[in-house]
Amino acid sequence: MQYIDNMITALAKTRESAIADLQKLKDAGTKIIGAYCLFAPVEVIAAAGAVPVSLCGMTQEPIAHAEKHLPRNLCPLIKSSYGYAVTGTCPYFYYSDLVVGETTCDGKKKMFELLEKIAPVHVMRLPQANDRLEDVQAWKQEIIRLKERIEKQFGLVITDDALREAIKEKNEERRVYREFYGLSKLVPPPLWGSQVHRVLHGSGYAFDKKAQLAKVKSLIAEIQSACEDGELSTPAGRPRILITGCPIGGATEKIITIIEESGGIIVCYENCGGAKDREFPVDETIDPYEALAQKYIRLACSCMSPNNARMELLSRLIDEYAVQGVIDVVLHACHTYNMETWRVKELAQQDKGIHYLNLETDYSPGDEGQLRTRISAFIEMLS
Amino acid sequence: MYSAGIDIGSVATKGVLYNGGVATSVIIPTGWSPRDASRHALSMVLDQSGINRDSVKSIIATGYGRVSADFANRAVTEITCHARGAYALNPDIRTVLDIGGQDAKVIRLDEKGSVIDFAMNDKCAAGTGRFLEVMARILETEVQDFDSLAEHAEPVPITSMCAVFAESEVISLMARGASREAIARGVLESIADRVVALMGRLANGPGIAFTGGLSRSCILCRSIEKRLGMPLFTSPSSQIAGALGGAVIGWN
Repeated sequence: MQYIDNMITALAKTRESAIADLQKLKDAGTKIIGAYCLFAPVEVIAAAGAVPVSLCGMTQEPIAHAEKHLPRNLCPLIKSSYGYAVTGTCPYFYYSDLVVGETTCDGKKKMFELLEKIAPVHVMRLPQANDRLEDVQAWKQEIIRLKERIEKQFGLVITDDALREAIKEKNEERRVYREFYGLSKLVPPPLWGSQVHRVLHGSGYAFDKKAQLAKVKSLIAEIQSACEDGELSTPAGRPRILITGCPIGGATEKIITIIEESGGIIVCYENCGGAKDREFPVDETIDPYEALAQKYIRLACSCMSPNNARMELLSRLIDEYAVQGVIDVVLHACHTYNMETWRVKELAQQDKGIHYLNLETDYSPGDEGQLRTRISAFIEMLS
Repeated sequence: MYSAGIDIGSVATKGVLYNGGVATSVIIPTGWSPRDASRHALSMVLDQSGINRDSVKSIIATGYGRVSADFANRAVTEITCHARGAYALNPDIRTVLDIGGQDAKVIRLDEKGSVIDFAMNDKCAAGTGRFLEVMARILETEVQDFDSLAEHAEPVPITSMCAVFAESEVISLMARGASREAIARGVLESIADRVVALMGRLANGPGIAFTGGLSRSCILCRSIEKRLGMPLFTSPSSQIAGALGGAVIGWN
């Protein structure tokens, strides 16, 4: 299926390959707004005619620089992000006219204080919970504050119409990607989990969303027709794996590779780059700020307490994707995801009667041997 | 016909030749080349039984060096192999505690001997053979002499889990006049603490096998039993459980 591979490769943009696109936007005078987390309401940024980019560091290289200022015992995502920012080696950070920081965790919160010295930072104060009306209202005020900051800094007005349009477009994007990864519900799935990941990860580096979406739609159509013709499938009988936990991408793609080299197949990504955001569209029928607040504050991130939404989402995805094994990936020193591992394990083993594996890792390649032993043993257990 | 299991550990390489029961087994140092050690272990079990390589229908490699054994028919992780090996030694086993040279693992089995869950400590030396080695060096003794050194002593508590910090702690204890014997005992107790904590991550019932190189320490075994309030199953074949499991997988 060479043409499908080629289509995936065209969609699988990376941090590096998209730099030229970013440069073009910058040269054309487009405003770039960087953000770290799914909680940043990208619709507000898009409604301002600016382009949102993700600033999360996902590689080992800048970590040594970051450790000059930051403690070693800190999550690699924060160290990597900070290292990129202070060394000026991240074009995404460098080109950002504004950096949006969401106070998701203690490490990020304190990092934003340090970043304020080197870039214009707008901090969004995220409530710690989402089960009270005040939480939603507080987050709505934060979203309005972000809108006002953008308007003031760039001398423009974000109209409700423009915001409604941006919400519609982002919902459509969510729907198309949902349909794409939903193809993995097939038994066996048409694509490898590594291929699905490349497309999902690439979405963050595609700045011309309309063009990208058109390509994803034709990829879906090609896959569907190849499946109908019986020409596209992964090998039958591989244990079906769901990945949950901390963000996956860049250095942590080692986990995806090892799972599929060890005989498993990833059928679902619950984490930030996968279902966590895309399963939940923004309500298009109510006040746009209220709708954004309601959607974003319900993201099933471990920084929320309680975070029952994650268990509900996992429970549904395990059923829909006929998952046989859950792999819960935790980055070193991510206390909240680490502490939720026990609940996820109970959900998988007791409620669902399926297998569970918790992996703790960082961005260094040094633990690949240990990861391989654990993952291979897990797949042997499922086979 | 025969099958063979070769378990290439970080310290020792174990070989088992199997024909429905253990025909021969060897334990040799792994040394710097896991590949050479695995070949050597295979030729030793063949020589000892006086059988030809052609009579071995399947060879399974396991242990951290499993990929170096390029002659093997298949590589299977040490988790699956230890489970299968312990179950072959005693079908009542539902939990395997294995402490080797560089890792400690707890494996839960179902009534058929299949793995249902496991937990591993393999990123640091705490609670492993390596920890004991480091301590043996400071105490100027050998790992195999630890039991006789510690046998009649009251333990002095060692609180550092990290081998590097524990080394400093032991040196301070010696400077304060603690006896070698008491320190040796304390070291074994601290390993017991560590592995029991690891076991606590999985639900443990009766039927616990203790395998791997450290299962040869009777004091360690008794310390763990005391903490669990349950007996541990050990056998003279405990150290070769991984290789035996490999051979059983090859046999089936």
